[in-house]
Amino acid sequence: MKETLIDLLGNEALVYSLMAVVPLLWILPFALFAVWWERKIAAHMQDRLGPMRTGGWHGWAQTIADILKLMQKEDIIPSSADARLFTLAPFVVFIGAYAAYAAIPFSAAYVGAEIHIGVFYIIAVSSFVVIGLLMAGWSSNNKWSLFGAMRSAAQVVSYEIPIALTLLAVVMIVGSFDLQEINKAQSGTILDWFVFQKFPFLFIAALIYFVASLAEVNRTPFDIPEAESELVAGYHTEYGGMKFALFFLSEYANMFAVSVIAATVFFGGWNSPFGDFMSGPLWGAFWLLVKGLAFVFVQIWLRWTLPRLRVDQLMYVGWKVLIPFSFAVIICVGFWVLLEG
Amino acid sequence: MIPQEIFDSIKAKFPKSVLEERSTGVHDPFAAIAPESIRDVCLFLRDDDALAFDFLMCLSGVDYTGGKLGVVYHLHSMKRGHKIALKVEVPASNPHCGSVESVWKTANWHEREAFDLFGIVFDGHPDLRRILLPDDWEGHPLRKDYQVPEYYHGMKVPY
Amino acid sequence: MEAALTIPGFHRSLKSHEMVLNMGPQHPSTHGVLRLELIVDGEVVIDVVPHIGYLHRCFEKHAEHMTNYQQVIPYCDRMDYIAAMNNDLGYAIACEKLLAIKVPERVEYIRVVMAELQRIASHLLAIGTYGMDIGAFTPFLYCFRDRERILDIFEQTCGARLLYNYIWIGGLSHDVPVDFQQKVKDFCDAFRPTIRELNQLLTYNKIFIERTANVGVLPADVAINYGASGPVLRGSGVKWDLRRNDPYSIYDRFEFDIPVGLGEVGTVGDCWDRYIVRVREMEQSLRIIEQAVASIPAGNVQSAIPKRIRPDAADLYVRTETPKGELGYYIIADGTTSPFRVKVRPPTFVNLSILPAMSRGAMIADVIAILGSIDIVLGEVDR
Repeated sequence: MKETLIDLLGNEALVYSLMAVVPLLWILPFALFAVWWERKIAAHMQDRLGPMRTGGWHGWAQTIADILKLMQKEDIIPSSADARLFTLAPFVVFIGAYAAYAAIPFSAAYVGAEIHIGVFYIIAVSSFVVIGLLMAGWSSNNKWSLFGAMRSAAQVVSYEIPIALTLLAVVMIVGSFDLQEINKAQSGTILDWFVFQKFPFLFIAALIYFVASLAEVNRTPFDIPEAESELVAGYHTEYGGMKFALFFLSEYANMFAVSVIAATVFFGGWNSPFGDFMSGPLWGAFWLLVKGLAFVFVQIWLRWTLPRLRVDQLMYVGWKVLIPFSFAVIICVGFWVLLEG
Repeated sequence: MIPQEIFDSIKAKFPKSVLEERSTGVHDPFAAIAPESIRDVCLFLRDDDALAFDFLMCLSGVDYTGGKLGVVYHLHSMKRGHKIALKVEVPASNPHCGSVESVWKTANWHEREAFDLFGIVFDGHPDLRRILLPDDWEGHPLRKDYQVPEYYHGMKVPY
Repeated sequence: MEAALTIPGFHRSLKSHEMVLNMGPQHPSTHGVLRLELIVDGEVVIDVVPHIGYLHRCFEKHAEHMTNYQQVIPYCDRMDYIAAMNNDLGYAIACEKLLAIKVPERVEYIRVVMAELQRIASHLLAIGTYGMDIGAFTPFLYCFRDRERILDIFEQTCGARLLYNYIWIGGLSHDVPVDFQQKVKDFCDAFRPTIRELNQLLTYNKIFIERTANVGVLPADVAINYGASGPVLRGSGVKWDLRRNDPYSIYDRFEFDIPVGLGEVGTVGDCWDRYIVRVREMEQSLRIIEQAVASIPAGNVQSAIPKRIRPDAADLYVRTETPKGELGYYIIADGTTSPFRVKVRPPTFVNLSILPAMSRGAMIADVIAILGSIDIVLGEVDR
């Protein structure tokens, strides 16, 4: 698709800039939708209704109203806060969440940037988020924000390891870091998806990846950085208005990014579960987005069901449970691949 | 044990400390104890096996008017099942009373409250400071002759 | 080398590796306006200093200025506003003892039903907010849904949802509506399955158990020395309930058990034990309600309310079992129509004083868990 666009417009730099904006065209409406969706799911699970009035049918315009409200708020920077870091932090967090979208193939014909080390790139670039969180916590000049930031840094850094290891298990099978290759290797029907291959090891790998990705995006049960009942709001206590909206946007962008990576690596990506039926370049994008939304739904579901772990228990789960299991998975998958080929 | 027996045990151990006792004709049988010896009496009441008063139900400050403040202790024994009350009277000009915080830890906050609202100073309390009112409040509100101050930090006090 | 730092306003000097964290009067989890000064070393708490008094409304001084003993009852409601019926009941029983009034049987039965319904409502709120403190948001909504059903019953009886002014000295302010017995029976039938649902969702959840088991252990002898009462004392294994051990009203006519903490998933006296005692107490309250509401005798609820209340000079201390623990009223009457002294011994005031002893060495998240398991209401702590 990139070639068609270059032929059409003639200017490579313009094409690249356009393609950099395309995921944003998805993320912005998605964030609006996801906030509403989360409130509705939470409400129905809690035996109540959620937004019902804004916009008419089941309050679909609620998030739009909230964004409008946030845009009108006074942009407050606490007087003793480090103003530059304070302003920069939400952008850094957003960059970390957004840059991962460049490497994800939305269909057979479209991928933002053909990165041959796609998996490696995604893992590297999502570490940016930690820097942003630390900046937010430190620059707020607030002990509670600092606590949230410290906990978050420890958590995100620790859970990157099981994520990397489980993704490596798939890389071993495909022989390439390129996400498009990984996608193509799963073409066929639903049974060719990696989650059902090399059973049960990749199934376990998918579970480990999903749990670790919950910790990456600071969702319950791993949401101590923003634990409302302890730290007021953790690292974004002092933020209001558009900066807060940007943190929120980054959170949902990150949620969708890890969902879509799980879908790509383990669940067939843009492949249709029915083989040739309902497949094609546009159908591919449809399937990928549906799978991403399904995982987002599971993340929302877990948030409203489970209590949260204490920080030392969380580190225990990361280091002493998930990492040994990921190592075991890699070793077993490695042997399997060796003995097969 | 019936209250009269309990008072007799106290009198046997601390003959000079029991100033008055009433075990009939009142809802709660009580013994009036001298303020300086209240701690020793309470320690005896807690540690003696036949008495075993391990639970301090309530410690109340009272302003008896006429220049007299008082502290009323309601004790209960979970082991033996009996209850008594102890009353201490202190003059408002020199309101010192022994602290029983070392006997029952629950007295810590109760005595802070009596100090805060009545001004009774408990000798031997590890951390006697105001508990319900701000630290820099002046006066002891539950005394009968308390006058509400006009202003507190620039805020008008009387409603 | 350790630098000691004395900050004005904080009453101890800081060593250089310690940090003072202020869980200020405004905080989502302090259940009201409570200020906790935490002295922490990283995540580990070295000391907790509670500062109370933000909600002090001079109840005892007001009581002395009332011209009538009955006028104190709305103030009693407002102390523990979560369990207002039990506050009124304690004060009414104290005054009735002072005046030697015997209330009609109908009044006794209705009072027991109201007190036990209020106990369930209070425990539902305690459990729901406790789950929310731990991070589980959904049980909070389920608990409030059931609490609303109880508050509807109260509203139909006396017009108020939270602060009733219903239990008066010598009787009740209104008789119950005609369909009261049916409504209460319907509630009991609808509520039993909800407790099972709550247990599946929260009580035996692995993460909840990890957060609350072996946290904030309170040994029984320490609890008694600190004057703990209610679920805090029973959670430590002490089988002590004023309704059974020091009976008042007509509780001796009903069959019910006293649940105690047994250390099922951790140590005896940890947060989970205090929590499970509350859950099981709700089941026992249902038993009492069903027994009481089946046999409410006929009568006039206002026949024993005295026209003039002028007790002789006397003083007495009466204690009742509220959902939070032992609530005591020490009333000194001086022969006039207004009380000379009304001293309230609030259960949560005493239970809160144990917080520092329980939290030393725990982590910050545990302090929240321990505070939630004590179940405080600042209206009662500060009066």
